Amino acid sequence: MDIKAGLLNGDKRACARLISLIENEDAQAVELLKELYSMTGNARVIGITGPPGAGKSTVTDKLAKLLRKRNKKVGIIAVDPTSPFTGGAILGDRVRMSDLNTDPGVFIRSMGTRGALGGLSKAANAAVKVLDIFGMDYIFIETVGVGQSEVDIVKLADTVVMVMVPGLGDDIQAIKAGIMEIGDVFAVNKSDRDGAERTATEIEVMLDFNRGAAYRPPVVNIIAKDNNNIDKLMEAIDDHYEYMQNSGNYKIRKRNSLKTEIIDIFKYNVVKSIEQKSENTNIIDQLVELALDKSIDPYTAALRLLKELRSTES
Amino acid sequence: MDRPIRVVVAKPGLDGHDRGAKVVARALRDAGMEVIYTGLRQTPEQIVETAIQEDADVVAMSILSGAHNHLFPKVVKLLNEKGADDILIVGGGVIPEDDIPGLIEAGIAAIFTPGTPTSVTIDFIKNNLKRN
Ligand SMILES: Nc1nc2c(ncn2[C@@H]2O[C@H](COP(=O)(O)OP(=O)(O)OP(=O)(O)O)[C@@H](O)[C@H]2O)c(=O)[nH]1
Ligand SMILES: [Mg+2]
Repeated sequence: MDIKAGLLNGDKRACARLISLIENEDAQAVELLKELYSMTGNARVIGITGPPGAGKSTVTDKLAKLLRKRNKKVGIIAVDPTSPFTGGAILGDRVRMSDLNTDPGVFIRSMGTRGALGGLSKAANAAVKVLDIFGMDYIFIETVGVGQSEVDIVKLADTVVMVMVPGLGDDIQAIKAGIMEIGDVFAVNKSDRDGAERTATEIEVMLDFNRGAAYRPPVVNIIAKDNNNIDKLMEAIDDHYEYMQNSGNYKIRKRNSLKTEIIDIFKYNVVKSIEQKSENTNIIDQLVELALDKSIDPYTAALRLLKELRSTES
Repeated sequence: MDRPIRVVVAKPGLDGHDRGAKVVARALRDAGMEVIYTGLRQTPEQIVETAIQEDADVVAMSILSGAHNHLFPKVVKLLNEKGADDILIVGGGVIPEDDIPGLIEAGIAAIFTPGTPTSVTIDFIKNNLKRN
């Protein structure tokens, strides 16, 4: 299969295969992304996160349908956790997006976290590039908002939608630490249930702590399963994007995420080359032995390792 | 092969039970596979699109409603039309013995009837992939 030609000609199989190559850390994928990088930057990237079962996939499905009515092409990357014990995963987000399966203007891909060294955000980042090159106007990334790695992923987005639900109670406090901060727009989903107003108020109170900020994330009550207020949510997402553009914050965010990306790739490559190197020379084992009998300390050992890598690279 | 095998587990047809499909999905996950679960009442077109976008190695379908003779071969045909003939296709569910040879003939690699241990399905998938 000629992946490059297929990708540029709208062949979904080529697009799908390239994402697999990325997930499998195939060198061919990196070469293609290098070649096509200058074609990226046309898609708007929207992160959808929030607690398990909050309705993230349902919200994504409804937003995608709204954008399809506006003739926008939509890519969706839905991330679910990989079992650390078996390496397997059940990726179930498509269940809520069935109607989109056969829409020629939609591409949905499920990804497992697979758990390699910061590997996921690197893979998700690359998958976003692929969908961007593939010509998608909007790209959604759905992740469960529970851990740092998930937070890292949605940070790639131009706008992060935090999906909340009534009755989280103290959970709001728990989610708050480090995660609530990344929300650009708050959606209180399942507003058909009791307590939706209260949840919205609790979020507003939390946002009050940041009252001085130039941008205040809006809180939108929605009922995703009934397509209720989805247009309002989209409006809030668009408003955020416009604010980011006009304030210059968009550039800043892009710059920061590129910086993170480059450092991530760098770290990954360093770790990778250490692994490859020690396959050949046992250099780490030797350093470990030295540190074990205290003839060297771990700090010096790490520096020596770095030197060793450099010497083979040049 | 150190990458996980990707399997689309699908429920074509109109029957409303997916207990069996979920049991299979969990067993495949526990065997280290990435299972893309599609939910109930999928049309052959939806299953095929899902398999392509997910770059699946395997499509595993289960039917209880009796429409297997129509729906299973349709999925094979559509996948072939899209050039995705490197995907292994297996079926399960309530399927009369007499129907099995015809389904195999139509391109379903194996049919697993109720009571088949999941380990049999797992081994079959691992040993019969069309891609590496
Ligand atoms: N009552 C109510 N239920 C909803 C609403 N939106 C979604 N749901 C239901 O909530 C459940 C979870 O929805 P999903 O969209 O799968 O939620 P999710 O956040 O993607 O779930 P995970 O990806 O598993 O974390 C489903 O049963 C939905 O039908 C809503 O507005 N009101
Ligand atoms: Mg989901």
